[in-house]
Amino acid sequence: MPQVIRSPKTYDVCIIGSGAAGGTAAKVLTEGGLSVVMLEAGPPLYPEKDFKEHVWPYQLPHRGAGIGAKDRWGFGEFLAPNGFWDIEGEPYTVAEGSRFRWFRSRIVGGRTNHWGRIALRFAPVDFKVRSTDGMGDDWPLTYEELSPYYDKVESYIGVFGTKENIPSAPDGIFMPPPPMRCTETILKKSCDKLNILFIPSRMAILTKPLNGRPACHYCAQCGRGCISASNFSSSQVMIPPAQKTGRFTLITGAMAREIIVGKDGKCEAVSYIEKATRSEKRVNAKAFILAASACESSRLLLNSKSASFPDGLANSSGVVGRYLTDSVGSSGGGYFPQLEKMPPHNHDGVGGMHMYVPWWKFDRKNDFLRGYHIEVGGGRNMPGISEFEGVCEEFEGYGASLKQKCQSRYGTYIGFAGRGEMIPNANSYCDIDPVTVDEWGIPVLRFHWEWSDNEIKMAKDMQETFRAIVEAGGGTYHSRATPGGLNPYGIADGGVIIHELGTARMGSTPKTSALNKYCQAHDVKNLFVTDGACFVSNADKNPTLTIMALSWRASEYLLEESRKGNL
Amino acid sequence: MSNHISRRDVLKSLSKGVIAGSVLRVIPLEAAEYVHRMVASEKATSPAGAYTPKFFPPQQYKTLVALCQTIIPADADSGGAIEGGSPEFIDLITSENPEHQLTLGGGLMWLDETCTDHYGQPYIRCTAEQQKQILDSIAYRKNALADPSLSPGIEFFAFLRDLTVDAFFTSAPGIKYLDYIGNTYLAEFPGCPPVPEA
Repeated sequence: MPQVIRSPKTYDVCIIGSGAAGGTAAKVLTEGGLSVVMLEAGPPLYPEKDFKEHVWPYQLPHRGAGIGAKDRWGFGEFLAPNGFWDIEGEPYTVAEGSRFRWFRSRIVGGRTNHWGRIALRFAPVDFKVRSTDGMGDDWPLTYEELSPYYDKVESYIGVFGTKENIPSAPDGIFMPPPPMRCTETILKKSCDKLNILFIPSRMAILTKPLNGRPACHYCAQCGRGCISASNFSSSQVMIPPAQKTGRFTLITGAMAREIIVGKDGKCEAVSYIEKATRSEKRVNAKAFILAASACESSRLLLNSKSASFPDGLANSSGVVGRYLTDSVGSSGGGYFPQLEKMPPHNHDGVGGMHMYVPWWKFDRKNDFLRGYHIEVGGGRNMPGISEFEGVCEEFEGYGASLKQKCQSRYGTYIGFAGRGEMIPNANSYCDIDPVTVDEWGIPVLRFHWEWSDNEIKMAKDMQETFRAIVEAGGGTYHSRATPGGLNPYGIADGGVIIHELGTARMGSTPKTSALNKYCQAHDVKNLFVTDGACFVSNADKNPTLTIMALSWRASEYLLEESRKGNL
Repeated sequence: MSNHISRRDVLKSLSKGVIAGSVLRVIPLEAAEYVHRMVASEKATSPAGAYTPKFFPPQQYKTLVALCQTIIPADADSGGAIEGGSPEFIDLITSENPEHQLTLGGGLMWLDETCTDHYGQPYIRCTAEQQKQILDSIAYRKNALADPSLSPGIEFFAFLRDLTVDAFFTSAPGIKYLDYIGNTYLAEFPGCPPVPEA
C-alpha cells in the first residue's frame, strides 16, 4: 500500500461532490461560518473555454456528432463538458437480465452544467404516497416542512413560472415566464379541447437579472452551459458565493474511496485518490456530507466497511443500495402540416420548453397509480445532426425532391416526453460488484433493474395521450413504441431518464431507512447524505429542485447542531 | 503545437475506445481537440483548401463525392452536399469508427461490384442513366421485397443518405437553405408569428 498522505488540517465539514446537493451545502455552510473542503472527482470548470455556447455545428469537424459519430443519437458533443454514459477506467456493471444506464458528470458542478433546468416542486401528496394508495412509503417530512426551503432555493437561483393553484404542481416563487412559441400555441389549443392542463413551464432560467447574473438572452442552448450564468448551475451559482467567504477549499481530481470511522464511532476522514498522481490522500473533518449523486454516494457508503459497520457505513438497516428508482420515460412526436406555412422566424427561446403538461388526472381513478407530466419540444430549432432522419426514413429517395422535403418539413415536428413516477420495487437496486474495480482500485456498482406493471401501464397512457394531443391539433402521430418487446410502450431502460433516486432513503425508523428527515445518518451523527440518495419516492417531478431544498435544509440543521456542539 | 504524437497515434487511441464498446466512449479531450486542429490545419495548408481523405482510398473517395452530390445536389437556391462538406464529414467519422468502415467501405465495394456485374463498369464510370437506375433500385426499402439481393445496397444507401443529409443541414449553406433564424442574443423573446389554420 502506498504511503497515505494526511492533511494536517481538520475542516468543519467535508463535502463530497460539487453538483446540486454539494454546491447548495457549500454555500449554506460557508455562509453560516463553517470551514468547508469539497472533493470533486473531475477537473475544474472554465465556462468561457469549456462551454460551446453560440458555436455553429459547422465550426466543429464532427458537426456535433462526436468522434466516430458516436454521439449521433445521444446528447451530442455540444453538451456541457464531461458528462458520459460510460467513463473510461470507471465502469459499472449490470446484472444479467437487467438493463440500466448510468450517466455521470465528472467536473465541477456535475450534471447541473447541462441539466434540463426543469424546476418542479413535489406536491404535498408526493410525500404521503403510502397513506394515499398503500404502495411505497411516506416521507418522514411533509410538504409544509420543506416548502420554506423551496422558497429559499427558488428565490436564490431564479425560476420562471406562473401561479396556477394546481394540487399536483404547487406554485413557487416565480419570475415571469417567456411567451409561448408557435408550436406551443398549437398544443395549447389541443390540450384545451381535451381538458388537459397546459401551463407555463417552471425552469431555473432567469427572465430578469438576479444577484449580478444577467437575464437569459434566448439562444436556446442551456444544455451547452451558459457563459453568462443566466441559468442555474452549481458551478456558477453555488460555488462562487462559497469561495467568496474565504472558508472554502475545493480539491478537484479527487475520487473518494472510503469514509474512515474513528474509535468513537464517528466519521473522521475521507480517504481519496488524487487522480493526477494516483496516490492516496486523506482529509479530516468534523462532519461529512455525501453529495456525489444517488448511486455514487451509496457506493461510497457500501465501500466504507469497518468493524463497527461490516455491511457498509450507515447501513445497519441494510437499505443502502435499495429502493433505487428512475422516472418512467416514454416519448413520441407529431407532424403538424400547418407549421409548413410558418414564415421563418426566431424560434429559439430558452433552452427547453416554455409550456408543459403537469399531471392533470389527479382527480380521478386511472389504470395505474401515481402520475406523470409531459415535456414538449420541437419547431424551428438550430438544425442538428440526425434532424432529418425521420424525413429520410419516410420519404427515402435522393436528389432535389429529398432536399426540398427536408426544407418543407423543417420545424414541423413537435416532440413529447412523458416523465412519470416509478414505485420502488425489490428487484431494482444497486450493490457492489464482487469482482470488478475501477482504475483507482475502488469496487464498482452493479445494477439490478425491473419495471413493474404499474410503470408499463403508465407508459401506455403516455402514448395514448401524445397521440390524442397530436390528432386534436391536426397532426400525425409518430412513435416507435409498441406494446410488446423489451421496452413496452416505449418505456426507457432504467437510468436513461437520469433521475436515479433512492439507495439511502430517509425515514422515521432506523430499521427501514438510512437517514433521518434531515438527511443525517441514523447510525452516525456527523454523516449526512443530501443528494438524490435520500429520496423515499420518485414523484413525477424532475428531482433537482427538491435535492437543493433538502440539501439546504440539511445544511441549516447541520449548522444548528454544530453550534449546539451535537456533532 | 507539439509534433511528438502523430495523427496516426491519436486516431489509434481513439479507435481503441470506439472498439471497446458500442455505446459512446470517453474521448480524451486533448486528443479530440488535436484532431479538430489537424483537420483545420490540413485544410488550410493544402492547395485551395482541398481535403485529404483519411479513410477512403482516392478512387472510393471520388465515388463518395459523386454519391453525396447526387443525394443533395446544388440548385439555384443553394449549394449542395459538396458545398456543405458532406464527403469530408463522412470520411472523418468513418476513419474513427470501425462499424462505419464496414458499412460504408463495404457498401461502396458492393456498389462497384454490382455495377460491374450489370454494366461492366464501376459506378463512377457508368453512364448517368445507369447510375440513376442503380440508385433508384437501392434508394427505397420496398425494392428489397422484390429483389432481396439489393438489401446490402439499400442498407448502405440509407446510412449514406442519413450522413449526407446530416452534414449538409449542419453546414452554413444548409442552415441558410432552411432559413433558420437564431443563435443570437435577444433582450426579450417576442414569441412567434401566429400559426396559419390547419
